[in-house]
Amino acid sequence: MTKPPLKMAPVNAAAAQSGEAAVQRRARFAEEMRQSKTVRRLVTPEGAAIQLKLASVAERAGAFMIDLAIQWAIVIATLLGLGYVAGALSPGSANIAFAFWLVFFFFLRNFYYIFFEIGQRGATPGKRILGLRVAARDGGRLTANSVLARNFIREIEIGLPFQFVLMGGDQFGAWMALFGLLWSGVFLLFPVFNKDKMRVGDLLAGTWVIKAPKAKLLEDIASSMARPESASRFAFSMAQTDAYGIHELHVLEDVLRQSTADIKAQVAGRIRTKIGWSRTDGESDVSFLEAYYAALRKRLEQRMLLGDRKSDKFDVR
Amino acid sequence: MSDLLKSYRFREERQSDWAKLDQILTRAESGGVKSLSDDQMLALPRLYRQAVSSLSVARSISLDQNVINYLESLCTRAYFFVYGARTTLGERMMLFLRSDWPAAVSKSVWTTLIAAFFFFGGWALAFFLCLQDMDWFWTFHGQNFMDGRNPDATVEYLRSTIYTTEGDTGEGQLTAFASFLFNNNAQIALLAFALGFAFGIPTAWLLVYNGVMIGSLYAVFWDKGLGYEFTGWLMIHGVTELFAIVLAGAAGFVIGGAVAFPGPHSRIASARLAGQRAATIAMGCVVMLIIAALLEGFGRQLINSDLVRYIIASVTLLFWLVYFYAPRKEVPA
Repeated sequence: MTKPPLKMAPVNAAAAQSGEAAVQRRARFAEEMRQSKTVRRLVTPEGAAIQLKLASVAERAGAFMIDLAIQWAIVIATLLGLGYVAGALSPGSANIAFAFWLVFFFFLRNFYYIFFEIGQRGATPGKRILGLRVAARDGGRLTANSVLARNFIREIEIGLPFQFVLMGGDQFGAWMALFGLLWSGVFLLFPVFNKDKMRVGDLLAGTWVIKAPKAKLLEDIASSMARPESASRFAFSMAQTDAYGIHELHVLEDVLRQSTADIKAQVAGRIRTKIGWSRTDGESDVSFLEAYYAALRKRLEQRMLLGDRKSDKFDVR
Repeated sequence: MSDLLKSYRFREERQSDWAKLDQILTRAESGGVKSLSDDQMLALPRLYRQAVSSLSVARSISLDQNVINYLESLCTRAYFFVYGARTTLGERMMLFLRSDWPAAVSKSVWTTLIAAFFFFGGWALAFFLCLQDMDWFWTFHGQNFMDGRNPDATVEYLRSTIYTTEGDTGEGQLTAFASFLFNNNAQIALLAFALGFAFGIPTAWLLVYNGVMIGSLYAVFWDKGLGYEFTGWLMIHGVTELFAIVLAGAAGFVIGGAVAFPGPHSRIASARLAGQRAATIAMGCVVMLIIAALLEGFGRQLINSDLVRYIIASVTLLFWLVYFYAPRKEVPA
C-alpha cells in the first residue's frame, strides 16, 4: 500500500486542529478509505484472514501491454528466423515456412496466457513483472477451466474493438464500425466500471487479479536500541512518547528507511521542537530518530495491547 | 529502555522460520513442486501454519509496517502454493481428454441441438433460396468470392476445384492455405463461445451466417450436378470442422442460457458455473479444428476417391459420437 507523501508535522498543536492540517488529515482519511475499497479478505482454512489487494486497472493494462510486446517480439523474431532459414535452404520452401509460422502464431495467440496462468504462479510474464497474479474469487484453487474461460473471452474484449477499428470503408461502413466500436467498447472498459475490477472473462471464469508482490524483510529499526550505549543516552518521558500516534510512527518508519539525510535532519528538528528535547553533544539525527522511533513504537504497542489505538497525534483521549 | 520491545522479540524468535518458508516458496515458484526436497515438502505445512499465525499475532501486537507487509505477502504466496493445484500441465491435458471434455459435451446435448438447428437452418435456407434463384448467391457473398467458385463458373472448373490434379498446386501452398483456414475457423469458434453471454443472440447470428455461407456454395455445386462429389470434398474434414463450430455455438448457448435463466443462483454465479463448462467445450473445439485442418490440408488433397472420402467422413463422425456420448466409467479426479 502506498502512503501519501510525507507531510511535515505542524509545530503548533493549536494551529494544527484548524486550517491546513485538518484538510490534510481529512485527505489522508479519504485516501485510506479509497485504498481499503480494493482490499478483499480471504479467510484461510486455518481461520486466519489474509488481505488480498486487487490490482488496479492501470496495472492490468500495463501487464497486458508487456505481454503483448513479448508476444510480438516472439512473432517477429520467429518470422525473421524462419525466413532466413527457409531462404538459405531453398527458395521454394518459403511457403512451408510460412505455414509453420501461421500455426505457431495461432498457438502463441491463443495459448500464451493459458500456458503461463495454468502454471504454479498463476501469472503471465507481464503480470509477474508488475507483481500480479490470477486467483479464484472464492479463495479455492484456480482450475484449468477457469484459466481457459478467462482467456478465450479475451477474443471479444480485445479482438472485437480492434476489428471494428480496422473496419470502415464507405460512409455506411464507417457508421457501422463506429456503432460496433461503441458496443464492443463496453467489454473493453468493463473492468473500469465494477468494484472488483473484473474483465468479462474474469466474471465468467470466477477469477480476479490481485497484487502478490514479493516483499523483503528489512532490518527492524528498533534493533538499534539493543545496543546499550544508545539505550542509556535516550530516555524519553511518558509525555514525550505520547506526542504522536500510529500514523506519525509509520511516516517516521518511511523516513528512516527511504529518505535523504537532509529530510531526516528536518524531521529530527521538528520532533525535537515538538517534544522539547534538547540536543546533547555528539547526538546524530539518525540515532535520535531511531531512538525516538523505538520509544514511540514501544509506547504505542503497549497502549494497543490494552485496546487503545492512538491513530494519530490529533487523537487525544 | 531496560527491556526490548515485545514485537521485536517476537520477530527475532520467528524470523528464521519465515526466511525458510520464503526460500522454499521462491524455489517452488521457479522450479515447480518437483524441485523441492522431501525435507522441504515435510516442513512446508508447519512453516505455512506458523507464518499465518505469526501474521495474526503481528497484526495485533506490532506496529512495524515492514514486518506486517512482509508477512502478508509471504502468507499470500504460501496460501496459493499450499492450496493451489498440484497437477502438471500434462496431467491436466490427459484429464481433459479422458473425462472433462466429453463430460462437458454430453451434458450440453440440448444446447448442441439448438446450435445445430441454427447452423443447418441457415444452411437449408440459403440452399433452397439459391436453388430457386441463383441471384441470392450474390446477395450472400457479394461480388468477390474465393477462386471464382460461383454460379457463373463452368462444371469443368468447379470439378477441378474438388479434385487435386497432378502438379496443380505445390505442397507448400496447401499447408499455408490449410493453416490459414484453421486460424480463421478457430477464431470464429472462439467468438461464437465468447459472444454467448449476450443471451446467445450473437452466437445464433454467427451460426446462421456460417450456415448460409456454406449452404449457398453447396447450392452452386448441386445446381451443376456435382452434389455427390462436393459432399465428399466437404465432409472429409467438414464432419469434424462443422461439428466443432456447432459445439462452439453450443458453448455460447450454455453461457447465454445461464445468464438468461439463472435459476436459483445470481446471474453472475450462474454465468460462472456455466462459463467453466462452456470454456471446456470451446477448448475442445480448438482441438477438433486442429484435427479438421490436418484432414483438410493433407487428407483431402491426397485422397481423390469419392468413396474413400465418404468412408473417412463416416468414420470420423462415428468416432466423435462415440467419444462424446458413449457412457463411460467415472474417472477418479
